[in-house]
Amino acid sequence: MRIAIASGKGGTGKTTLSVNLARYASLSRRTLLADLDVEEPNSGVFIGGRLITEKEVFRQVPSWEEKRCTLCGKCSEYCKFNAVLKLGGKIVIMPELCHSCYACSELCPENALPMVSDPHGTIRHYQSDTLNFIEGRLNIGEEQAPPLIRETIKYTEHLNCSFELEFWDSPPGTSCPVITATSEADLVILVTEPTPFGLYDLQLAVETMKKLGKQTAVIVNRVGIGNEELFSYCAEQNLSVWATIPDSREIAELYSMGELIYPKIKEYRDSLDVILQRISELESQQCVKS
Amino acid sequence: MREIVIISGKGGTGKTSVAAALAFITSDNTVMGDCDVDAADLHLILQPDILQREDFFSGVKAEIDREICIGCGKCDEVCRFDALVVEGSTYRVEPLRCEGCGYCSYVCPVEAIRLKEQNIGECYISRTRAGSYLAHSRLGIGADNSGKLVTRVKRDARLLAERENKEFIIIDGSPGIGCPVIASLSGADFALIVTEPTRSGIHDLKRVLELSQNFGIPTGCLINKNDINLEIAEEIEIFLHENGIRYSGVIPYDIDFQQALSRGQSIIEYNPERWKPFFSELWNKISEREEKL
Repeated sequence: MRIAIASGKGGTGKTTLSVNLARYASLSRRTLLADLDVEEPNSGVFIGGRLITEKEVFRQVPSWEEKRCTLCGKCSEYCKFNAVLKLGGKIVIMPELCHSCYACSELCPENALPMVSDPHGTIRHYQSDTLNFIEGRLNIGEEQAPPLIRETIKYTEHLNCSFELEFWDSPPGTSCPVITATSEADLVILVTEPTPFGLYDLQLAVETMKKLGKQTAVIVNRVGIGNEELFSYCAEQNLSVWATIPDSREIAELYSMGELIYPKIKEYRDSLDVILQRISELESQQCVKS
Repeated sequence: MREIVIISGKGGTGKTSVAAALAFITSDNTVMGDCDVDAADLHLILQPDILQREDFFSGVKAEIDREICIGCGKCDEVCRFDALVVEGSTYRVEPLRCEGCGYCSYVCPVEAIRLKEQNIGECYISRTRAGSYLAHSRLGIGADNSGKLVTRVKRDARLLAERENKEFIIIDGSPGIGCPVIASLSGADFALIVTEPTRSGIHDLKRVLELSQNFGIPTGCLINKNDINLEIAEEIEIFLHENGIRYSGVIPYDIDFQQALSRGQSIIEYNPERWKPFFSELWNKISEREEKL
């Protein structure tokens, strides 16, 4: 089962939950953790392991072959992203705006815009005793996360072994990066906090997941701060709150040092047990259905 | 007119709380802009009166007229985004996958594909309780092109600041280092990174600092909740110093931030005795630093 861990608002505890859940689950089941928050991949801060594969990821972008070009300007008309411009006697390419759709290149009547590889990011695969960890990391200055997120997911699909549980630490927000990261998942766990920001951004995330037709569950982090409004919203929307995690300075301090929480704090481990139990229930339901 | 952009790399470090506090310090000398368009939260604190509202169109998505489609599949062959789905004997576009490149429409032999302009959200100009103007937006559910919406909000803020003769624009940016962040930074006079003394905070700070420095934008840094881990806070200060960041400040961990937020207030309104002098001083340092640059 592929489980994306997402949130509308940043900093609600996605990564903390992803790394703890994955490591804890890996003690009893074949588990993979993928960090798809490629703009700021943080899971690796908490999860070590031996680096077994490192792969540079390239994106295909057009390059201009002046000798073949007749300056007809069709490429510039085709490009919807202003990434190919005809400026005087030149074709200027802005790779950071390119979506790698190939239209300019393949429709150029003179074949004057061959696609070339442009470094985009890196995928790393780490292995520790029990856990496989895959990280996508976007190069600084690259604008578009989705292509690397897709490549990272593809990498997990082509591994030789199969995993019972895959946890995908997803980017914050509600736009293209999170849609790319969650669209292939079987379940989306939304992590939020009981504050007005947490509630507002959860509503956006829930609407997004509805539109994607995803099954969702909610984890409320830092319970004790804020107010009850979030819980009323979840009840009204029939959103299943799987677990709550108390606000705790001890958790914040362990987190700050890049340490896992569950080995030290029993309440946190209890919450993980509840979540894993709910996941198993879903798995057996899906087995019955299929 | 000077534009200050607040960013963080990592989410949830307190960008919006800092932006809202500065709105109350600078009050009617400022236009605020909420460029965290994915999760625009500044209005929850500033509770603005909306003066102007406008639909925002950006980009296109393909649509297939299934009466005309002959099911040849040329569109599917060229689409790099896996956005075409066979249904019966014709094709359909899955809008959440379509990136609007238009390639399918160029190769369709029967012209069954139309590119439809997308309404991706709404833009607002508002007046806030703090006395400042606010340029903000609501991004539609599942919409892309958030970078374009950021550019639009920034343009609104600049026009407003020019028209109303305001000295400062303060932009609440988004987490990450991708297109909305790059769009927020473009043309800014100063970037203020809000970070936290955690391993993740420092990791993300390094990446976002490299980005702002690549753009050649003078950058300062605030370490929020610095006493959560004084050791890492010190490590961050050393790192900043080594990287030529001459301005940095700290904000202590304080329950006031959560309390204020829960009431939909800025920290300045919640506990003015404590926080007004604190943020006034901080603002003086930022604006002074910024003048020297």
